[in-house]
Amino acid sequence: MEFRKETLDNGLEVIAECAPNAYSAALGFFVKTGSRDESDANHGVSHFLEHMAFKGTATRSTADVNRELDEIGSHSNAFTSEEQTVYFAAFLPEYHDRALELLSDILRPALRQADFDTEKLVILEEIAKYEDTPPFGAHEKCMAAHFGTHPLGRSVQGTAESVGRLTRGQMMDYFRQRYSPRNIVLVAAGNVDFARLVSGAQQYCGGWEPFDVRRETPRAGAHRSLEVFHQPVAVQQYVIQITNGPALEDEDRYAGRLLATVLGDDSGSRMFWELVDSGLAESASMGACEYQGAGILMTHLACAPEDTADNFARLQEILAEAEADGLTEAELTQAKSKIRSYIVLQSERPVNRLFAVGGNWIARRQYRTVRETIASYERVTCDDVAAVLRKYPVTVNTTVAVGPLRDADQILAATGGNESESGILNRQY
Amino acid sequence: MDWLESAAFSLLVVAGCSRDPAGRLGLANLTCEMAQRGCGSRDSRQFVSDLELLGADTSASVSTVHCSYGGAMPAESLLETLAIYADLVRRPHLPPDQLDDARQVCIQEIRAIEDELAQKAFLELRRLQYGDPFGRSSPGTIEGVESVSEADLARFFADTYRPNGAILSVAGKFDWRRLLDHAGRLLADWIAGDAPPWQDTPAAERVVHLPQESSQTHIGIGYASIPYSHPDYYEARAAIGVLSDGMSSRLFTEVRENRGLCYAVQASCHSLRDRGSVLCYAGTTTERAQETLEVVLAELIRLGRGIAQDELDRLKAKLKSSLIMQQESSPSRSYSIAADWYHLGRVQTVDEVRAIIDGLSCDRINAYLESHPPRDFRLVTLGEKPLELPVGIS
Repeated sequence: MEFRKETLDNGLEVIAECAPNAYSAALGFFVKTGSRDESDANHGVSHFLEHMAFKGTATRSTADVNRELDEIGSHSNAFTSEEQTVYFAAFLPEYHDRALELLSDILRPALRQADFDTEKLVILEEIAKYEDTPPFGAHEKCMAAHFGTHPLGRSVQGTAESVGRLTRGQMMDYFRQRYSPRNIVLVAAGNVDFARLVSGAQQYCGGWEPFDVRRETPRAGAHRSLEVFHQPVAVQQYVIQITNGPALEDEDRYAGRLLATVLGDDSGSRMFWELVDSGLAESASMGACEYQGAGILMTHLACAPEDTADNFARLQEILAEAEADGLTEAELTQAKSKIRSYIVLQSERPVNRLFAVGGNWIARRQYRTVRETIASYERVTCDDVAAVLRKYPVTVNTTVAVGPLRDADQILAATGGNESESGILNRQY
Repeated sequence: MDWLESAAFSLLVVAGCSRDPAGRLGLANLTCEMAQRGCGSRDSRQFVSDLELLGADTSASVSTVHCSYGGAMPAESLLETLAIYADLVRRPHLPPDQLDDARQVCIQEIRAIEDELAQKAFLELRRLQYGDPFGRSSPGTIEGVESVSEADLARFFADTYRPNGAILSVAGKFDWRRLLDHAGRLLADWIAGDAPPWQDTPAAERVVHLPQESSQTHIGIGYASIPYSHPDYYEARAAIGVLSDGMSSRLFTEVRENRGLCYAVQASCHSLRDRGSVLCYAGTTTERAQETLEVVLAELIRLGRGIAQDELDRLKAKLKSSLIMQQESSPSRSYSIAADWYHLGRVQTVDEVRAIIDGLSCDRINAYLESHPPRDFRLVTLGEKPLELPVGIS
């Protein structure tokens, strides 16, 4: 494996982790833009624009783009998050040139009105699908409650109303403000010839007009509230809790992830033994997400409505106990072993390395080998985790419950906590 | 696969939900859950922590025929992990004091499906397509799981966790001779049991509507096809590839790209050992559901009239890429060789499959479609309103 990097005159960075013996190659354009870069007026535009990239360019129709992506046998797709929009393809090495030309072309989409109108229907269908699927929007509602007016409070997909209002003109404006070569990285992994990649990038992307792009990255304040949204259609009750955690530029993010693994991994964690293995809950887990300037630890609980109060109380005990006493050496060792194995297994596919290498570069402008990443986890001590718990107390959190229950009392009945401390709201939809 | 650092295994026993006795639907799933609560010298916690310290990323699932255990791990952990799983299938504790907890875990799984409407519609479609017992859903029913006793569990385990019909597949980085010796020591004296034949009952209904308050309507369409072991299987699979694989496929183009009718639409081949089917799914908002159903059915009927060379060319590129990329993943290769062994009684090499893909021709696919046109559809709709089957389509 060899890491290579080159910057074109217009500022487009080209990076690659070359593995000449790999069976496949993967390419991706990582655009540093997402829902946090939107406003109320264009909420949902990043994700909608990602869909529009596949709807044709100056020289290709929608059908051309779809047909050619299939002709090279590629596994191609795109996704949008709060902070990134990524267009990628995994393919056999002989298709490298065609894949690069095609992906480069769709990064300059035509944004035709008729395609815009049809694709808006697809996006509205996608939003309807998520509203009907567990946890019934609880994730977005909890992010909104936790972050408030902070840019991370805005959901990736937007709402049916905000997407319904979007115009093609707004999308073009957004494109002209965000899709600068200075704000995009071309990433490759696997069996790629770097010199060929750079000369192709020069040919297809060298003419992209550069301009400056900014992003606001305020820190998020701690927040404590509980909101209950009545969703009569749901059978189970879904509860999400968010607490602040390390941001993606913070060195203690490895400790944050190990903490989440010990407390809330799908298997073998404290939440697993207390709530899932016992059959008290359908699921109970915790994960860490890092963003620029902010990070979160997010806990999910799904269970029968009538068991929610007891399970919620047990969950709060797990959090309080961790905050008071930290983790044990044995737990930390087990979590490290799990994470190490996961990273090694993941790294066998070039397309997975693409996301690891690209994600790290766009976030930190840093390249790390698999070994270096593993070493960062290995170095974490119980004291480091205790420090994270002091800095980000897990009992200070934002809670959103969605499901058959109507009142905050039905969630809090078994906690014995002081409700007046929480900003309690009941909502119905 | 010495180019990998990992190894993966799949261990299948003929302990799927088709073996659930009447009144105990969900027993196979509960047995699978209980088997993972301690085995050999390990209790439940030790079992999980030993696997995690070995770096084994494990899974367990129940299908109609099999209960499958599997895992991927750093290559050096393979033999030790296999020893734990040999204990699991031969010497599980099935601890009585954990039966109620395990029962609750299984009931949670059934409740979760109530909120997963697409999955619920799909399970109903499988029931219509295969009847009983092969159209069963493995979680079973709450009543079934509640009525399982310790004795039921012990009997089910004794009857079904047997070497006859069991398959152990391994892929990735390992030494064949050492693996064989090790597996021999672990499993050679495992004693075979009886496997009674299944009683097969087709579903009575062809069209079912499941009323559900929901902004979406979920549509499942199925029809009979040929199994994986059939000599024409790849022709049948290629036809469905043209219909549904990739962004230039017919369903994606006609339903999503040209009409914007839905976000998710797909069709796939599903196979049992002696029969197969094609199962399609589309999820859309209620007011657009009738049109979506009509467009999907029209595409299925049109498929019977044949495919074009350019469609086949694209599909071949896709199938070949997937096949070669399978070489980058020990778990996916392990899973596929276990499936080959079950369906074909042998393992197809990557080169062999590549030659089959290269040899696919429009003429042969179209001849297949002419003699096996999509028809006799089963239909499941889940949503606020039932849909109408278009005139002339049964």
